[in-house]
This record gives sequence, C-alpha cells and structure tokens, in this order.
Amino acid sequence: MYIIIVGCGKVGYHLLKALIAAEHEVLAIEQNPQRHAAVVEELGSVALSGDGAEAAVLAEAGANRADVVIAVTGHDEDNLVACQVAKQRFNVKKTIALTNDPTNEKLFRTLGVDVVVSHTNIILAHVEGELTEQPLIHLMPVPRSNLRLVGIHIPPDAEVVGKPLHELLLPENTLISLVVNRRGQARLPVPGQLIEPNDEVIAATPPEADEELVEIFTRVGR
Amino acid sequence: MKILVMGCGRIGAIITRELVQEGHTVTVLDTSEENLRRIPPTLGARTILGDGILDDDLRRAGIEGVDAFVAVEQGDARNAFAAQKARHTFKVPKVVCLIYDPIRQQMFQDLGLQAVSPSRMISGLVLEALEK
Repeated sequence: MYIIIVGCGKVGYHLLKALIAAEHEVLAIEQNPQRHAAVVEELGSVALSGDGAEAAVLAEAGANRADVVIAVTGHDEDNLVACQVAKQRFNVKKTIALTNDPTNEKLFRTLGVDVVVSHTNIILAHVEGELTEQPLIHLMPVPRSNLRLVGIHIPPDAEVVGKPLHELLLPENTLISLVVNRRGQARLPVPGQLIEPNDEVIAATPPEADEELVEIFTRVGR
Repeated sequence: MKILVMGCGRIGAIITRELVQEGHTVTVLDTSEENLRRIPPTLGARTILGDGILDDDLRRAGIEGVDAFVAVEQGDARNAFAAQKARHTFKVPKVVCLIYDPIRQQMFQDLGLQAVSPSRMISGLVLEALEK
C-alpha cells in the first residue's frame, strides 16, 4: 500500500516509522526545512519538503497512486485542505485527518474526510468515564458514519424507569444498541423491555443529539 | 447587507472601505492589531482582533447574523477553511474567498465555493498590459 503522510511533526514522525516497520511504501511531506532534513538524515529518503496542502506538492509526492493520505499537521486548515485536494484532484480513496481543535470534527466529516481523529475528544472520552456525575459517556465513533456510540446511565429516580423501550421518542438517527443492567448483564434491546434503575443504555447517535438523549434518559420523574 | 471580512491586509482593507462606502454594515476580523490599524476609526467599520478559523472568534465577530462572509487573508488553506466553515457550520448565505493557487481555486470552485484567484487575475492583467 502507498501511504502519504502530510506533516512530519511528533504524530507524523511516529506514524512514518510505524508504517515503514509494517513494510508499507510511505512518504512524509514536511514544510519545515530543518525538520525535513532531520527526518531524511535519520530515516533515508522517505520525506519530501513542501506544503502538503498544495496540489503541486501532492502531485510530486505521487498522490495519484496513493491509497491513503493521512494529514497530521498542527494546523487544522492544512489538514482539511490536504485531504480535500487528495480526494478531489487525485482520487485518493481514503483520507484521514487529525483535528487539533475538537470543534472541527463535524465539519471535516461534512466535507468528506473519511476518518477524523480528534485527540482532545479521545482523551475527554476517557476522562468522562471516570466522572460519575457525567450522565453520557462517548465510547467510540461508528466507522463510515457520523454516529458515535455513547453510554447513558439511568438514574434510579428517572422518569423513564419502568417504561418500555419501544415507547421512547428518540432523537433522529438514534438507535439503542445494548442495555446492560446493574448486575452487569448485557441484553440486546427488544420491544416491551422495561427500563430498570441503574441500567446502562448503549446507543448509536449523532453528536448533536447528546443533550436530547441525556434529557430523555435522565430527567427525574415527578 | 451585514458583511464579515476575514483578513485586514491591503486587499481586506480596500474591500472593507468600499463596502462601507456602499452603505453596508461591515465587521473586519484579523489576528494582527497592526493590520486592523488600516481601518480608520472614522470609517465606521467594526474591527475585531481574533482568528477567523476559530468558531468562538467568528461568533464574537457576529458571523451568526451576517448575509455575507469574505475570506481574504494571505494563506489559501486558512481562506478555504474559514469559507467552508462559514458556509457549512454557520450557513452564511454568500461566501467568497481568495485562493492564490489556481489549481486549488478551480477545485474549490468545483466544490461550490466562490473562489477568486488573484494570481491568475494579476498574471492576466500583466500579460494584457504587455501586449498593449
């Protein structure tokens, strides 16, 4: 497989080494001449000097035969444009981008980046899991969609306790995927199943539905 | 119209001045205080010190209520990024951006952005002048 990495900073450098070790054909594009020289000196001619968001530089890198372009610079605008040029101009099948600013994750997906990785959101998801007062935990993105898996804890005094699953009015594109009860037993959701106190509901849902889901599942009954 | 201009270099300053003189309500956003000094306080344009690729700064500059967004900084990627953010995240009805690289200008044009390439236009003007 031929893989182009745009940006050979900390993330790009370790990706480059790992992908070389996995015996892929890899080329990194780095804008900073000193950084580029250091990489070439250490790893050989596996790096190109230039702006990887420019069509001419991507052409020189052989983007037209690349299977994957991974954009991991420290600048979100360069990561996005590199992926867009790779996709639009060179028909690269898979583009992967890092978002340094987590609020850009959705925009990148909207604009056709195949895989969007936000390190901030990944770390946040881990921290959220440690905070018991956090009603909704982000578990993982669902590949090839803008959905993600979330876990919601049902408080014992929630309005939904005792109600059947199929009667809930869920946000659009939201699917309950699994219910884990307080004894740790996981069940696939079936119609008529009643929500119990301290259930853990796992759902696939778009990011914008988070608030509504929390409201539905944790609102305290009167 | 309410118009937000990102980038207060020479081009951004001229655009801002012209738009104000045409009677539009203009806010201009730039990361450099020095650039913003190109706009005299007497002109009546609002100047905001901030980064046009950050959601929070765009909101602070009032992007949620504007009719048009113009991205005229030096960097193609920043202009393209901000323009697409204005269009897709903030649903601004009219978005125009400068893209110096003619290849990318064509590409963003194909993607539905109104992209203007100064390098293409200026080289055209120079060639035209040569023939005179």
